[in-house]
Amino acid sequence: MIEHLPALMVALPLFGAFIAPLFKKHYKGVSIWAIFITGISVVLSLLLMKEVVTNGIIMYVFGADKPTLVLPSGYAVPIRIMFEVDAMGAFMAISATLMSFVGAIYSYSHVKKDTGLEKYYALLMLLEAGILGMVLTGDLFNLFVFLEIAGIAGSALVGFRNYRGEASEAGIKYLMVSSVASLMVLFAVGIFYGQYGNLNLAYIAKNVSFNMVDMIALGLLFASFAMKCGAVPMHYWVPDAYTEVPAGINPPLLVATYASLYALFRVSFTLFANVVIDLARVGWIMSILGVLTMFIGVTMALIQKDVKRLMSYHAISQTGYMLLGVGVGLTVLHDPSKLAEFGRDAMAGGVFHIINHIIYKSLLLMTAGALFYVTGTRNLNEMGGLARKMPITTISFMVGAAAISGLPPFNGFASKFLIYETSYRLNPLLTVFAMVTSVLTLASFVKVFASAFLGPPLEKFENKREVPKPMIVAMLILAALCILFGLFPNVVLDKLVYPAVDALINFAQYHSWGGLA
Amino acid sequence: MNGSLFVNFPFIVVALLLALGFYTIGFKRNLIKVIIGVEILEGAVNMFIVALGYVKGGYAPIYTQAPQEAVGKMVLPTPQALTLTSIVIGVAVTALMLAFAVNIYRHYGTLDVTRVRRLRG
Repeated sequence: MIEHLPALMVALPLFGAFIAPLFKKHYKGVSIWAIFITGISVVLSLLLMKEVVTNGIIMYVFGADKPTLVLPSGYAVPIRIMFEVDAMGAFMAISATLMSFVGAIYSYSHVKKDTGLEKYYALLMLLEAGILGMVLTGDLFNLFVFLEIAGIAGSALVGFRNYRGEASEAGIKYLMVSSVASLMVLFAVGIFYGQYGNLNLAYIAKNVSFNMVDMIALGLLFASFAMKCGAVPMHYWVPDAYTEVPAGINPPLLVATYASLYALFRVSFTLFANVVIDLARVGWIMSILGVLTMFIGVTMALIQKDVKRLMSYHAISQTGYMLLGVGVGLTVLHDPSKLAEFGRDAMAGGVFHIINHIIYKSLLLMTAGALFYVTGTRNLNEMGGLARKMPITTISFMVGAAAISGLPPFNGFASKFLIYETSYRLNPLLTVFAMVTSVLTLASFVKVFASAFLGPPLEKFENKREVPKPMIVAMLILAALCILFGLFPNVVLDKLVYPAVDALINFAQYHSWGGLA
Repeated sequence: MNGSLFVNFPFIVVALLLALGFYTIGFKRNLIKVIIGVEILEGAVNMFIVALGYVKGGYAPIYTQAPQEAVGKMVLPTPQALTLTSIVIGVAVTALMLAFAVNIYRHYGTLDVTRVRRLRG
């Protein structure tokens, strides 16, 4: 069974998604089914990581037992669809499955009052399948297909509350951005196919010559994936989508965003890694984009009154840290001494920040969802004094807020510190911006804490109580992860992050199965 | 007949369609027209891939009743397969976008994108 793990990773959520509509009218049944399926996929993804760390890159070829099989006519190129799983892909797969699982638990009571839940859970699992396919595939066209699956499922979920006009507005915005971005990806795929006659990532990476047309393809891919991961000039869809989506979907939707970030890294590290000259420039663009993203995101967040919208702007700003960390690494990729000195750690900071951010931002958005569940409003000015009514939500919120502001001993501190230390070596100005952003982040979360949880108890919330148990369990899982990752960052770094970073740096390994030598 | 223009003709059309699609998405105010713009973009990309996949003198890889001269000249049908997949995905995207448009009209009473703006700030 182990050798079919990559295919199972995608097949299981797909199977779950297509069974889910059969549970019409059995809302409890479908929720438990979703929790069951996503739970199993968490186990599978951990197995996959273990397999990758012990045995190296897994090649999984659909319809053949080895990738080097050629056509009967002797035309020697890889023609089959294949999954190529390295530690980076497995790392993202763990994030995706874990967050879908937590989201499914949270949804158990959060969306209880809505109708059409069998479709909701079907879409949730479809979204998971899309993300997993994106991060595991080794084929460019396949990447496009899964990008579209995740985009369609994600936007349908954003517009799930169709009794609200705003949900449809956010949904069509997200769908528009994601479909235009995917079409441009497809255009770039077409360019590659026209030149190299193939769609396999490793094969193209081996043959890429970086002429004018390749540069256009790189530009298209870079722009589309940056657009889909919410980097700055194209960030407008993020707050709308994250605000309107039911809070249980926020975790997988966050991972879907970072799956695009993963694709961006995959393109710049694996696909164009052999291009020595211009990669530093791409790295600089990525770092500066990161700094801009974090700064603009946080300044927009400061003025928000809607609690979920405020947190969504922080999601934009935190994406900047990942771009900065990995961008710094990309800048010095072809300079071995600098790479060993700070490049590898910078990338570790960026990659570590992905999973940290997914954890604490999901936690924060879930507490915002809990506030909405209890008070029926998202406006901060109408809340107040909820700390006594909802003690566990308050504690979860405090953990999340401390983590996102980069206070020790929470997980945000560990990754942000790595990024500060290393970006300083490239250019101190980058670090200054990163630190100012962190301070502003703390400021805006103090504001949320004071206006929602502190203050005199309001009369209209007199008989409100803490949220139901499944929501508490989901929040506590994430809060515990925040603290654990913060207390033992070295374990996480060694087991998960450094393998992933090394997989990105040692790009030759990814190409090494031969590309049909 | 100018050979290079004739060969490049599909790609010129692709460029025009791309420009038209982006113009429609960027400057039209009616939501339905914006959706049509996305469709035009999709048509452009599909046409690009199909045009790339055309091999002069090649035969479709259908083995039943293949003519004698097709032996060794059959093309690898990957671009056509890509286009088919992309068309299917495009239908799903369009259907979902139109569904959103219907719902937006129901709640806002308008399809003017400058007035469908309750989410701001």
